Amino acid sequence: MNSQQVTITFDGRPLTAAAGQSVGAALASQGITAWRSTRKGGKPRGLFCGIGVCFDCLVTVDGETNQRACLVEACDGMEVEGS
Amino acid sequence: MSAVPSTAVTVDVAVVGAGPAGLAAAVAAAEAGARVAVVDAGSQPGGQFWRHAPETVQPAPDGHGHHGWSTYLDLRGRFDAAQRAGRITYLPGLQVWMAQSAGSGFVLRTTAAVSSSGAVPVTVTAARLVLCPGGYDRQLPVPGWDLPGVMAAGGIQAFVKANGVLPGKRFVIAGTGPFLLPVAAGIAEAGGEVLAVLESSSPSAWLPHLRAASGVPEKALEGAEYAAVFARHRIPYRTRSIVTEVLGSGRADGVRTARVDADGRVRPGTGRVYADVDVVGFGWGFTPQMELPLSLGVDTRLEADGSLAGVVDERQQSSVPGLFLAGEVTGVGGATLAVLEGLAAGAAAARPDSNVPVKQPAAIVRHRRFARAMHLAHPVPAAWQDWLTPDTTVCRCEEVTAGEITEAREDLGARDARTLKSFTRAGMGWCQGRVCGFAAACLGAGPGVSPDAGSLAGSAKRPLAAPVGIGELAALES
Repeated sequence: MNSQQVTITFDGRPLTAAAGQSVGAALASQGITAWRSTRKGGKPRGLFCGIGVCFDCLVTVDGETNQRACLVEACDGMEVEGS
Repeated sequence: MSAVPSTAVTVDVAVVGAGPAGLAAAVAAAEAGARVAVVDAGSQPGGQFWRHAPETVQPAPDGHGHHGWSTYLDLRGRFDAAQRAGRITYLPGLQVWMAQSAGSGFVLRTTAAVSSSGAVPVTVTAARLVLCPGGYDRQLPVPGWDLPGVMAAGGIQAFVKANGVLPGKRFVIAGTGPFLLPVAAGIAEAGGEVLAVLESSSPSAWLPHLRAASGVPEKALEGAEYAAVFARHRIPYRTRSIVTEVLGSGRADGVRTARVDADGRVRPGTGRVYADVDVVGFGWGFTPQMELPLSLGVDTRLEADGSLAGVVDERQQSSVPGLFLAGEVTGVGGATLAVLEGLAAGAAAARPDSNVPVKQPAAIVRHRRFARAMHLAHPVPAAWQDWLTPDTTVCRCEEVTAGEITEAREDLGARDARTLKSFTRAGMGWCQGRVCGFAAACLGAGPGVSPDAGSLAGSAKRPLAAPVGIGELAALES
């Protein structure tokens, strides 16, 4: 859809994404489907509702915890961590 | 805790939401002469229905993959013009976490939807309020639905619209309702493979409602468009069929399906497996976002689809004077109806003292009738609770199983969503029951029984409409 690229890191690994994509899209389009474990069962979680309702896709963005990966726009240099 | 910077605006009409209903309401109110503020969680107008790539990257989206794009462009042009003229104050990137009645008006407290966005919370005071918060996919749990790779059908569509890419390669879409069609068509048009669309109902379920359906001929036209896409991409559309289990360990990699009878009971011997599936999309209609209307005390009713909706009069005014509702919160009915309701609500909110009786626009009546027919033709299958095993996760946040919920119902008499929540923690996590609320209320009511409005309201009443920081709560005191 556009040729501009941004680079983010996920758990220290560099990932490229198209400018304007969400962090969740950047991860999912690289085949990363889970980036969080549940507190009780330790089950993997990633995108579910895709529109900010379910909070399944929480990530840490530049040190800020509990951000919804489906809503945060991927920006150059952003450091994303799973939990 | 550092102080949270915030500002305040005071207007005649506040609108919450900038999707089809909210955009229309804001435009109508502004054009009728009101000073308007629009609060929206999105970073740009459009809502879920007209969600598009960030305009900072793609300044002029062509509307590819969208319906009613010309309506959007018209409303957007008028919205931008009203903003330039100073009639609309647009407050994007903010979620309302508390709405209160104050004197003869309303106060909205907001928080940034994405904390890194830099959106500064604004407190909005308004004489009248139009709530257009929309809705989201309704979910029914099934074994394995909490595996990564399972998404809400609407979430897949939003993903494609916003990002221009797909979340996987091979898809199965399941649930009920006409919305499954555009989701599957959008995936196929974006280059994904749709192995099957599984619809629990049957086209014959529309037969008793053909008169209502014929009142909105454009829907049939839309259906024909999807049929053409399905034929072009050879997408199998299997009716009276469901996913009985999502397969995989650590992530979804297949589904087990079955044929069902009219009540959703699985027909023995009809099981089938689809392998190598990346993404499974589920949608069982939509749930209106009722927390803000409920927090302001509006009268509610059960809609034909079994969900809780706000009651409105012919001006879209709720039971609370000065509080108007438009779009999915008055009953799920789609974007065309949402625009019509938004226009009516915005115009009425701008002229509160007009006592001239108004007749509900005929188009609203026709679309409402169509929506009712759609709900009746695509019900949540009566026997859906039979699909669960005791260890099926129902509440994804707090990881509460179907077994724990039925046990609380049988042993502790927890029959409504609120009581279930306090006994089992179902609905107490991050999403506050938005995802599992309907299903948990059904399980509390018991097999084959639909939850009543009281139980649904108990699950949708949330003290805070969005998560907020302690700083924002503390600022209330000062």
